[in-house]
Amino acid sequence: MESEFTKYLELIISASLINNFVFTRFLGLCIFFGVSKKMETAVGMSITFIAVMMISAALSWVVFTKIMVPLEITFLEIIVFIGIIAGLVQASDTIMRKVSPGLYYKLGIYLALISTNCIILAVPLVSAGEKYSFLQSIAFGFGSGLGFALALIIMASIREKLELADVPAAFKGMPMAFVVTGLIALAFTGFSGLITL
Amino acid sequence: MSVTNTINLKDQFLNGIVKENTIFKLALSLCPSIAVTNNLKNGVFMGLAVLFVQVMVNITISLIRKVIQPKVRLPIFMLVISGWVTVTSMLMAAFVPDVYAKVGLYIQLIVAFASILARAEMFASKNSFIPSMVDGLGMGVGFLFALTVISFFRELVGKGSLWGFPIVNTKPLLILVLPAGGFFAVGILMALFNWIDLRYMKKSAVSH
Repeated sequence: MESEFTKYLELIISASLINNFVFTRFLGLCIFFGVSKKMETAVGMSITFIAVMMISAALSWVVFTKIMVPLEITFLEIIVFIGIIAGLVQASDTIMRKVSPGLYYKLGIYLALISTNCIILAVPLVSAGEKYSFLQSIAFGFGSGLGFALALIIMASIREKLELADVPAAFKGMPMAFVVTGLIALAFTGFSGLITL
Repeated sequence: MSVTNTINLKDQFLNGIVKENTIFKLALSLCPSIAVTNNLKNGVFMGLAVLFVQVMVNITISLIRKVIQPKVRLPIFMLVISGWVTVTSMLMAAFVPDVYAKVGLYIQLIVAFASILARAEMFASKNSFIPSMVDGLGMGVGFLFALTVISFFRELVGKGSLWGFPIVNTKPLLILVLPAGGFFAVGILMALFNWIDLRYMKKSAVSH
């Protein structure tokens, strides 16, 4: 039991720090650059992301292993996963609006953005490719979400300060954001030897 | 749409390459622009894959635009896009397996490209066959152009080679082929395009 637990912990750490989606796999960049201007939106987005990622990882694992593998239609994985995510987002949108309108007003707008995000789609694709078990996929989804949240929050806090900085005209806005991300990514390469899976 | 003449089509084609260049101007679909551009070959194949998907999706949507119910158009667009992405990824896995091994995940993620869905929604669903195809070609070539420029720059400076062949003998600047270098490269190239804009075109630069 002890070693089982460490295994999941390692998976979470590796997904969030070592193979951080934003800094080493370069996924979810549109959202990353889009919502990292303000701390408040970054936090809201992060919470939504972690939740959706874990649920979609679990759901797609069930569909993939219990339905698609027996029927030998794994080549349809892209279509099926995007369908699952779109359905999940739509469902949680409706449920949230009914059950907790307060939360819906805070996070609802992020939910709509999520369905076309590559990071959410990448989680089931990677876990299907790596043949993770059920709990492993959930751990992977959680770790990836945590990593994305970390990236967003670091970036948001830097960009809030960057607003006041005197940047050369050509570098204003996106180019500067890219260079800053490059620097953070460089720092994140320091995690690469942390654990070996 | 019978009045579309060649000049319009030419404008439509150039629009995707210059004015609305997906990466340098709109700053959309950035993931592959960094992930696969550490050598020229991967960058070019990724660009070609996107070009193919963009054109085929635009053609398909414009052909079926009259039978799509407006209420369910988004799921149908997603279905068309993911169908063509599946075709592309299977073709690439079969014909260029060495490239596919490196960029496969990003090929599959073309599905989530905002730019492809946006073109389907904004252009192909309202225009006939030929303009949609030209629009797709323009957007796709613009994307291919951006990826080629980035990967050309990164491989030449970072490894001193192009398409795997050694070109210059100087000590390469290794940082550019590292993951972090991708962000620097794109940031610097974007700044360069902005600088040209500010200097010669007197137009407002990209700022978000």
